[in-house]
Amino acid sequence: MNNYTLVFIIISYLSVLFYVAFLAEKKRQSKWVNNPYVYTFSLAVYCSAWTYYGSIGIAANSGINFLPIYLGPVIAAPLWIIVLRKIIRISKQHKISSIADFISLRYGNNRFLGALVTLVCLFGTLPYISLQLKAVSETFEIMADETSYVSTTVFDDSTFYVALLLAIFATFFGTQNTDASEKHKGIIASVAFESVIKLVFFLIIGVYITFYLFDGTSDIYNQMSNMENFKQLITLGSVENGFDWFFMIALAFIAIFLLPRQFQVSVLENNREKHLKKAIWLFPLYLLLFNFFVIFIAWAGKLTFGNTQNAEYYTLLLPLENGNSFLATLVFLGGFSAVISMVIVSTLALSTMVSNNLIIPYGFLDKFIKNQPERNSKYIKNIRRISIFLIIIGAYFFYVSFSKELSLYAIGLISFVIISQLAPSFFIGLFWNRGASKAAIIGIIVGTFITLYTLVLPFVLQAYTGTNDFIQYGLNGITWLKPHALFGIDFLSPPAHAFFWSITFNILCYLTFSLTTKGNYRERNYAEMYVDSSNFTTLQDNALVWKGEAYVADIKNVLVRFLGEKKATRALKIFFTKYNLSPNTQLADARLINFSEKLLTGSIGGASAKILIASVVKEEQISLVEVLKILEESKENIVSNKMLREKSEELSQLSSKLKNVNEELVTKDKQKDEFLDTVAHELKTPITGIRAATELLMDDEDDMPKDMKNQFLKNILQDSDRLARLINNILDFEKLETGRLHLDLQTNDLQKTIKKAVASIQQIASKKNITINDKTAHAITIKYDEDRILQVLTNLLSNAIKFCPTEKGEVTIDFKLGNGEVEVTVKDNGKGIPAEDHNYIFDKFYQSKHQNTIKPQGSGLGLAITKQIVEKHGGKIWAKKAVKNGATLVFTLPFD
Amino acid sequence: MKKILIVDDEPNIVMSLEYAFKKQQFEVFIARDGSEALEILQHQTPDVVLLDIMMPNVDGYQTLTHIKKNDSLQHTKVVFLTAKNKASDIEKGLQLGADKYLTKPFSVKKIISEILELVT
Repeated sequence: MNNYTLVFIIISYLSVLFYVAFLAEKKRQSKWVNNPYVYTFSLAVYCSAWTYYGSIGIAANSGINFLPIYLGPVIAAPLWIIVLRKIIRISKQHKISSIADFISLRYGNNRFLGALVTLVCLFGTLPYISLQLKAVSETFEIMADETSYVSTTVFDDSTFYVALLLAIFATFFGTQNTDASEKHKGIIASVAFESVIKLVFFLIIGVYITFYLFDGTSDIYNQMSNMENFKQLITLGSVENGFDWFFMIALAFIAIFLLPRQFQVSVLENNREKHLKKAIWLFPLYLLLFNFFVIFIAWAGKLTFGNTQNAEYYTLLLPLENGNSFLATLVFLGGFSAVISMVIVSTLALSTMVSNNLIIPYGFLDKFIKNQPERNSKYIKNIRRISIFLIIIGAYFFYVSFSKELSLYAIGLISFVIISQLAPSFFIGLFWNRGASKAAIIGIIVGTFITLYTLVLPFVLQAYTGTNDFIQYGLNGITWLKPHALFGIDFLSPPAHAFFWSITFNILCYLTFSLTTKGNYRERNYAEMYVDSSNFTTLQDNALVWKGEAYVADIKNVLVRFLGEKKATRALKIFFTKYNLSPNTQLADARLINFSEKLLTGSIGGASAKILIASVVKEEQISLVEVLKILEESKENIVSNKMLREKSEELSQLSSKLKNVNEELVTKDKQKDEFLDTVAHELKTPITGIRAATELLMDDEDDMPKDMKNQFLKNILQDSDRLARLINNILDFEKLETGRLHLDLQTNDLQKTIKKAVASIQQIASKKNITINDKTAHAITIKYDEDRILQVLTNLLSNAIKFCPTEKGEVTIDFKLGNGEVEVTVKDNGKGIPAEDHNYIFDKFYQSKHQNTIKPQGSGLGLAITKQIVEKHGGKIWAKKAVKNGATLVFTLPFD
Repeated sequence: MKKILIVDDEPNIVMSLEYAFKKQQFEVFIARDGSEALEILQHQTPDVVLLDIMMPNVDGYQTLTHIKKNDSLQHTKVVFLTAKNKASDIEKGLQLGADKYLTKPFSVKKIISEILELVT
């Protein structure tokens, strides 16, 4: 393929990525940018060119040994829910912007530790980036078919320009914000996009090679089984080989957490914790898919080319060999995607570390203190931009001087082993509060030196001297110092061997020095916050113990320098509102110190933030015991606060219940009062009548005409009856209402009972010329209390009579069988019940406003008692609505 | 001859009062509730109205309010005669402008002397 065509394709593809990133930045809130799939695919930045090309090289030469690198993450994935979630929470809470920040903050914001972690990451990642450049360069050569042409100067080398383009991309999308803890949505979206591209293209080429060039997987297997070293390629080999596997898996397990680019995507760029749930199964699935065709492509290449070609590039060579340059281009772009995402995320992560943990705390702080805010922000961004360029250029020169000699796989493993030196201080520190900063520093340094001695030095010496004397005979010829067989352990592969010794000494140093040294209070403070993070996340700014003297104005000055006047004022306003403090507060407390440090951490790193704030405050030393006591107290406060809140909620619930009950009681009391009032009134009326008539009869005995005398006596009798009836009714009603009345249920014939009722009232009716029509046609035997039902019937009948017109009054009584009940109707031809009264006629002492002017005789309790009796029998009573002539009252009695 | 209007919905009570006042040479008018009373008051100007409170349709309070509005009745005395004897009821009745507030059950002699005191 033509060189220029290839350059054109590269540039076009880069512009697509640029556009994706640009779009994602523009629509930061869109669900296309913020979803668990984007998160999971961005994690696949793990699959760099090493995976894309290197795995096949290993598979071709040493069988399935490429697998441990993917098994490690697969094993780690289920643990993410616990471990990674904890890390994410801590990072978000403290506005952490890199793994160096994370580790240094755990050990009390130790500036040196931050710098050390940065150096280890830099040292571990540079060769890794150079490995990516190497892959670009070599695949470019294969595609352009220019193997004979060797570039002589930097400016003649296309790889150099690719490196520059990547640097521009990373600079543009990586340094938009001064605060590095802000999310880089553009970069993440393009990384996720690239992850999809590289997987899809890799699967396409896998299918092409396996099913198109060969006749499926079994065909490749059968052909391969004829090769002489086949058995060695498909088995695990000896126990030693098993150890190798174990260490490799452990190494990859660590790498998926600690590689700066993995920390960047999995922790810092995590939007929502719940995205983890999707990632823990989708990411292993991604890795599985990626590895599915590796072994078949490797064998296919071996079958096709024998040992004549670099096995790492079989995916490119096979389609090219078969004249399919289109597929080869796809593969090239897939590999290029893997490179771009790895390089960009890694340089982004490293540049933040270099600026926040190395350059700013070790040289620029004084300058910042004197500068204007706008310039500071510009400075910080520029430091990061320059860092990005320096890292990529550095990687390029590393590639030029070393990487050409080594395989992709070997460089990748060196990186892994170096980065893994952070593991003890990272993981143990997360769960053990005794872990001390001194111990972390010593552990990392010792581990790194052992790695240098056992892995890096041999390879550098080999590259320079061209001999492997050092490996053969060890330092000064001492056998147990042989770099690949330290202390006589000679059965491990060099990376596993280096990992084993370095991590062993690292852990030993870490544990020993942690147990023997006592960190300062600040260190223990952060240790508690990390280890017990679930408890302290609720403490927020309170979790930092601090004692001393500081003025809000001084702290504000520092904040203004980095955030600008507007942002700083707003942040302080939020702080004061959050803690309910007066905006005129003058003395700063621990919360403000912690709050301000966090504010600055994103921009200049934790260590620098601490130094800056410390420069304006006068801090007092606190003893360790005091720190722990204060922390314990705040924790208890939260617990007791929670209990108090619960108690007060309970109390307010109780009081509202009480209020309801009280209201009910008041209503009842009022009802009772009204009832008594009405009863008294009702009782007084006949008594008044009796009293007045009696008085007149006594005083006027002689003058009073006879008929008048008789009339008064009759009135007295009437009123006495009324009084007696009233008293009986009140007693009845009271019994019914309090539920003390017991029914005497017997099987009776309802027709007979009705006849009895009619007979008892007949006399009054005929006096008023009112006809009572008993229309009941047959006997109905059901169970009821006959006396009570008689009371109901007479009440209803006399009620009907009361409302009948003076002429042609007519009352009709009838029953019919309904659904499991008998329905009795009592109908009159009076003026009926007004609609608005329907709901009230059964209330005690209710008398209709539309009643006749002549007050009907009654206690006002009749219908209320009737209703109670019917309901006590399990029946219902109501007035029929919309009856044209007269009123119809209906009640039911159930059969059982 | 003095005129009295008795307003009450209890016929037995009315009957005793009617007998007693006729004996005192009163001309007696009878109404069984407020609306009947107001109707009578359109044609008659009694010296005193004896008024129950708890009555259907138009109650005693409403009746009194109407009487007070009527200029031709400004010399008519109004006396409540009711079973309601709570302090709040009495206060309300007097506030509305009743001249006296008497409670049931009553002594006929006492009622007569109270009324006579008012009209002579």
